[in-house]
Amino acid sequence: MARYFTDEHEWIDVEGDTATVGITDYAQGQLGDIVFVELPDVGTVIDKGKDAAVVESVKAASDVYAPISGEVVETNGALEDDPALVNTSPEEDGWFFKMTIGDKSQFEGLMDETAYKSFCDGL
Amino acid sequence: MDFRRSGNGAAMLSGLLMSDQEDFEEPEIETLPLDAWHRRKGARMVAFAGYHMPIQFEGIVAEHNWTRNQAGLFDVSHMGQLMVTGDKAAEELEKLLPGAIASLKPGKVRYSLLVDEDGGIRDDLMVTNATPWIEGDEEQGTEGHWGEPAYYLVVNGATKWDDIGHLREHLDDAVTLTHMDDQALVALQGPNAATALNRVMRNVIDDMVFMESVTHDFGEWPLRITRSGYTGEDGFEISVPAEFAEALADRLCAEIEVRPIGLGARDSLRLEAGLPLYGHDITTETDPVSADLGFALTRKRREEGGWMGHEKVMKVLADGPAQKRVGLAIEGRMPAREGALIYSGDKQVGRVTSGGFSPTLERPIAMGYVDTALAEEGTDLEVEVRNKRLPAKVAKLPFVPHRYHRGK
Repeated sequence: MARYFTDEHEWIDVEGDTATVGITDYAQGQLGDIVFVELPDVGTVIDKGKDAAVVESVKAASDVYAPISGEVVETNGALEDDPALVNTSPEEDGWFFKMTIGDKSQFEGLMDETAYKSFCDGL
Repeated sequence: MDFRRSGNGAAMLSGLLMSDQEDFEEPEIETLPLDAWHRRKGARMVAFAGYHMPIQFEGIVAEHNWTRNQAGLFDVSHMGQLMVTGDKAAEELEKLLPGAIASLKPGKVRYSLLVDEDGGIRDDLMVTNATPWIEGDEEQGTEGHWGEPAYYLVVNGATKWDDIGHLREHLDDAVTLTHMDDQALVALQGPNAATALNRVMRNVIDDMVFMESVTHDFGEWPLRITRSGYTGEDGFEISVPAEFAEALADRLCAEIEVRPIGLGARDSLRLEAGLPLYGHDITTETDPVSADLGFALTRKRREEGGWMGHEKVMKVLADGPAQKRVGLAIEGRMPAREGALIYSGDKQVGRVTSGGFSPTLERPIAMGYVDTALAEEGTDLEVEVRNKRLPAKVAKLPFVPHRYHRGK
């Protein structure tokens, strides 16, 4: 399984034809206490770079953009009851949604973990 | 993802987020006396009202809850501390403030407003009668007496320069206006604030109740301690010369009950306490009656007038305001932020002016203006957030009861 990172602080796990998407530990740290996550409906077709989800912290709302294009096939229901999962386990239990991968070339230009880490260090 | 900003206090959040600084115009962001102290304590700093300020230390929710349960120390040195002195100080201030100033006794504090000619709110502020008591001298044969009338004003940071200009323009030349810009201001707030402060300096605050103020020389530090705040809790605001601010902050934070708290929690605390935030819930576009701040219009002064905007405000009072500031309890968990539109059926009836998630109540709360006919507590409304309608009920303010120390 390969994990990619975007410069918008999302991570994408690729397993076969499905990608799991969440926000990084760095992102949750910047946002602070997360109180609500608005997820896309299953079946929604989202385009790379377009609004996919919204994260609400105590003080502000932040958009999560679709890191690739595809169709949403599953969302993380656990976030409804416990949005703070994004704070406590951002890169595992706090995943946002799973989507189909339209075109594998979409991963070109995304970062691996090492590249993402040095990207964050430079911020 | 995009660390987009939405909601009130947007400027406050620019440190949680990444980009722009829409709310401030000053090109130069200045530092305040406690700047290095905050950084040592691990604060995340943001630009706010032209200064680097701490938005959070350990996290907004933890800091919020700590203040509700223990005591938090807030740096509010960005606020303007002004002193108005002179024999005519009270009557001159009464030309600009709708509250009774002349009858305010030494050591007493009042919440007031700067109202413009159209009845709009230029700023909200605290005014303290800071007239000093001059001790008598037996050898010289003089008796104790009150010194030159002095009024200590604390105004909002973002508006202080405009306020100073406004005051100077309208106050008689015989009145002296001093900007005490060499003073820091810290607020100690929470149910254990008095316990902690009492341990640091004994017998200073014993007889004080909410909205009283004293001066106290703590060793070589000349302090002004006022029992007031912006959290709904008991607490104190302490004005201290900038050079002693760090030592005072250290001294207070050495108490087990006290932790430093950032602007993020200050905003969620004041929202729960139903206290308006200038520039958001009250502006020059809102008047004291619509803003439900009628208590700041002293009865006698309503009748007698003689203050800027009196006629306009009295007309709103007589006719009834078109809209009123209300609290909104929002169903579900999705917060509604500043700017969200409020609906009754298909009709837009208002707008949210502050909103967020209440850590104490663990649900979204907001403040906004709605048509007066719909301002009744319990009225069912809807708030639109990202094209969704969220059910909301007009709620009593404050959302979380005040716990001021009123004595007796």
